[in-house]
Amino acid sequence: MNRNSINFLSTFLLALSFSFFLPWWSVMVAALITAAFVPLKKAAVFFVPFFAILIFWIGYSFILGNANDFVLAKKIANLLPLGGSHYALLLVTGVIGGLAAGVAAILGKQLKSLA
Amino acid sequence: MKYLKLFSSLALTLAVFYVLNTKLGSIPPIGKFLNPYTGIWQNDTPENISGQLALNGFTAPVTIHYDDLLIPHIFAQNDSDLYRAQGYVTAKHRLWQLEFQTYAAAGRLSEIVGEGAITYDRQQRRLGMVYGAEQALEKMKDDEETLSYLKAYSDGVNAYINSLESGQYPVEYKLLDYNPEPWTIKKTALLLMYMTKTLASREHDLEYTNALRIFGEETFNKLYPEFFDIVDPVIPKETDWSFIKAAQTARPLSELPLDTIAETLPKPNANNGSNNWAISGEKSATGNPMLANDPHLTLNLPSIWYVMQLSTPQHSAMGATLPGALGIISGFNKHIAWGETNATRDLLDWYKIEFKDKERKQYKYGDGWRNTTFRVEEIKVKHGETVKDTVIYTHHGPVVYDHNFKDDNPLSDYAMKWIGLEGGNNQRTFLALNRGKNYDDYLNAIKPYVAPAQNFVFASNEGDIALWIQGKFPNKWEGQGKFLMDGSNPDHDWPEFIPQEFNAHTKNPERGFVSSANQHPVDQQYPFYVFNDGYDTYRSRVINDFFRSKDKFSVEDLKGLQNNTFNLKASELLPYIFQTMDTSTLTEEERSIYNEIKSWDFYSDIDKVAPSIWSVWWPKIYAKVWDEFDQEDVALDPPFVYQTIYMLTKNPNDEFMDIKATPETENAQDLFLITFKEAVQDLLKWKSDNGEYNYQKFKGTYVGHLLQGLPAFSRFELPIGGDGNTVNAMSKNHGPSWRMVVELSNPPVAYGIYPGGQSGNPGSKYYDNFIDDWAIGNYHKLNFLQSEEANEGIIATQTIKPSTNE
Repeated sequence: MNRNSINFLSTFLLALSFSFFLPWWSVMVAALITAAFVPLKKAAVFFVPFFAILIFWIGYSFILGNANDFVLAKKIANLLPLGGSHYALLLVTGVIGGLAAGVAAILGKQLKSLA
Repeated sequence: MKYLKLFSSLALTLAVFYVLNTKLGSIPPIGKFLNPYTGIWQNDTPENISGQLALNGFTAPVTIHYDDLLIPHIFAQNDSDLYRAQGYVTAKHRLWQLEFQTYAAAGRLSEIVGEGAITYDRQQRRLGMVYGAEQALEKMKDDEETLSYLKAYSDGVNAYINSLESGQYPVEYKLLDYNPEPWTIKKTALLLMYMTKTLASREHDLEYTNALRIFGEETFNKLYPEFFDIVDPVIPKETDWSFIKAAQTARPLSELPLDTIAETLPKPNANNGSNNWAISGEKSATGNPMLANDPHLTLNLPSIWYVMQLSTPQHSAMGATLPGALGIISGFNKHIAWGETNATRDLLDWYKIEFKDKERKQYKYGDGWRNTTFRVEEIKVKHGETVKDTVIYTHHGPVVYDHNFKDDNPLSDYAMKWIGLEGGNNQRTFLALNRGKNYDDYLNAIKPYVAPAQNFVFASNEGDIALWIQGKFPNKWEGQGKFLMDGSNPDHDWPEFIPQEFNAHTKNPERGFVSSANQHPVDQQYPFYVFNDGYDTYRSRVINDFFRSKDKFSVEDLKGLQNNTFNLKASELLPYIFQTMDTSTLTEEERSIYNEIKSWDFYSDIDKVAPSIWSVWWPKIYAKVWDEFDQEDVALDPPFVYQTIYMLTKNPNDEFMDIKATPETENAQDLFLITFKEAVQDLLKWKSDNGEYNYQKFKGTYVGHLLQGLPAFSRFELPIGGDGNTVNAMSKNHGPSWRMVVELSNPPVAYGIYPGGQSGNPGSKYYDNFIDDWAIGNYHKLNFLQSEEANEGIIATQTIKPSTNE
């Protein structure tokens, strides 16, 4: 397995396990720790954890919303406003989580290079 | 370089964290809000209404059956567990609303939404909403039984709140970024105050004082008569009052202070009211008495009502509950049915206070001085400094208007006397009605009820029908409280209350029906002063005429009446206009719209255009008649609609018909023509912007979310006709908040519906699933379970077991 895949999996699994007892920012912790122990290069530093969390959040959100026909997601997508599209809301959810993880990973990488 | 990179990435990370974790303006903290494990996705889940749970406080198992409307049918072994379960289940489906309404009642909205709510909160505090709740609580504490149920309910709500992780909080908490706090019995008292304010705080005393000063007594009496020729009162005119052994208080010889005030507090909606009626077995198509009730309120989501069945081995009642209050408020059991309409009289009065000096520690009363008390109201503000407001209390009540509030005149301080601050154990009335078996039980239940005064309609399977106008009413002298009074004159104090047994009522009247629609309670034969400035003059006549129109009535007739859109008001003015208005100057466009309204059958139905024309035209006529009232720096309220139409048709050349701003002298016919031409312009403008002005589209009926009508959580352009003066009293956002029809067969058969849904969660399919049926006049047959056994209508069952780990 290459480093990118290890980082991806580690971020994903750490975020998943933290989610049981930590608030939403646990994805930042997961990405930061992973980045420090499995450092990546260049754009991958940001994008690998970004996609790991994007997929985690979109996947989990999809499972929840799908069981309820996305009744609330469609309304929230009107409120935010995203034209009432629950797909847009899923995407925004993923991007928000991914963004948080990505920047935390950049910080993690910098901390590592300091050590 | 290394450090620069480190610090810039640290700064970036912190910035992203801050932005995603903080509520910015109206945007929720977006990371917190959208993450799938504590954010809104957790609310996008189906109802969890089956299984078993163990809860502290319960003494025996409780079964909760849910039917396909998500109505819970609670079966408990004793009353204490019953109300504990009611609290738990209500919180489970309506937690955010439950709490939000009591924040609103207590003037605490600033804690949730920030400084935008400070003015509202101050008004609530100055009206003594919290003080009133404290008074009520004192009375309820005198009654150990009621107190124990209040505590049980409170424990039930808290059991639910404590069972939640933050991810399970209702979505509104996540939007506004705050958490629920523990429920208390005081919150139930606050909820009841909220209803009292909604239903019993509308008055125009200060506006009337201004009108009296400006127009003089003779004109005032012409414009604001206390009775109208057509009044068809709640208690039939033929009632014999000889049983009343008390007299109206004599009018003292004294002067009223003719002060002026520029601005008064906002008033509750003028259309807050209701319909109810009961018909006797003789008038019923099946021989069983029938009862109906539909309260008219501002329509919100989640709805003000929540339907439940509440059972113990001793009693079982079903109907509409108010989240926060115990028991069924408008409903039925195996033996009786009951419902309410508002019966307010003028029970909020103003007294001019003369303080001894700037210290405001004493005020003049009789020949001496009385001490005031100071109550400091602290209004906490989200992200802001706490606002402190000192409210001075006299023996009349709080000095609402003073130099600190809506009053620039340092000499005029007005204290409020309000029945809402009297305190009362209203909760007991509803608990007793739930258990009632007959007329005597009903009477004993309502006897201690204080405010907001209600027309309690009643029917029993023994064949009785009745209606009591119940509340505490001071035995006022003629004219007392119509205008600002002198707070230093003991003769102006409220006299003793009218003894309860002399409250107006009717039992099994000869006409075979009882009814109320917020009209005059009685005619002038009743020996007490019953003035109020907002009695209905239209719905009541349509209802009573309907029941006089034939011999027998079916359930379908009663449903039809609740949905009746006949516009009596329009029918009493338009024919006169058609007869007398000069139409020779109408353009072709105007003539075609004139013909549209001329061919109207006076039913305000959704597919017609005439009701749209009327709804634009009438307010213009009204405003033009009373242009004299459009004065700067003086609070004034123009006369009633009924009196306006009476004057237009009977005194078309009255001096008030003249438009002050023009050199000509107009009469009613001139006003009709001028306003019609203006209305046409408005309609044509609307048409070019929005298309055809059929009434459904034009009226734009909506049910708005309780939080500032958030469009995403609201429902718009509903297909329902009527206006504020039709029996189906549906104006744009105000109307039948619950419709119920009960036939007292054995067992009773009941139909009910309200514009909302049982779940308060906008993510539930039960959030607004009643609205479409409600709008078109359909009803749900209520599944009144006769035993704890589930029937085919039950879709899920949850059981609560007493928890063993205390």
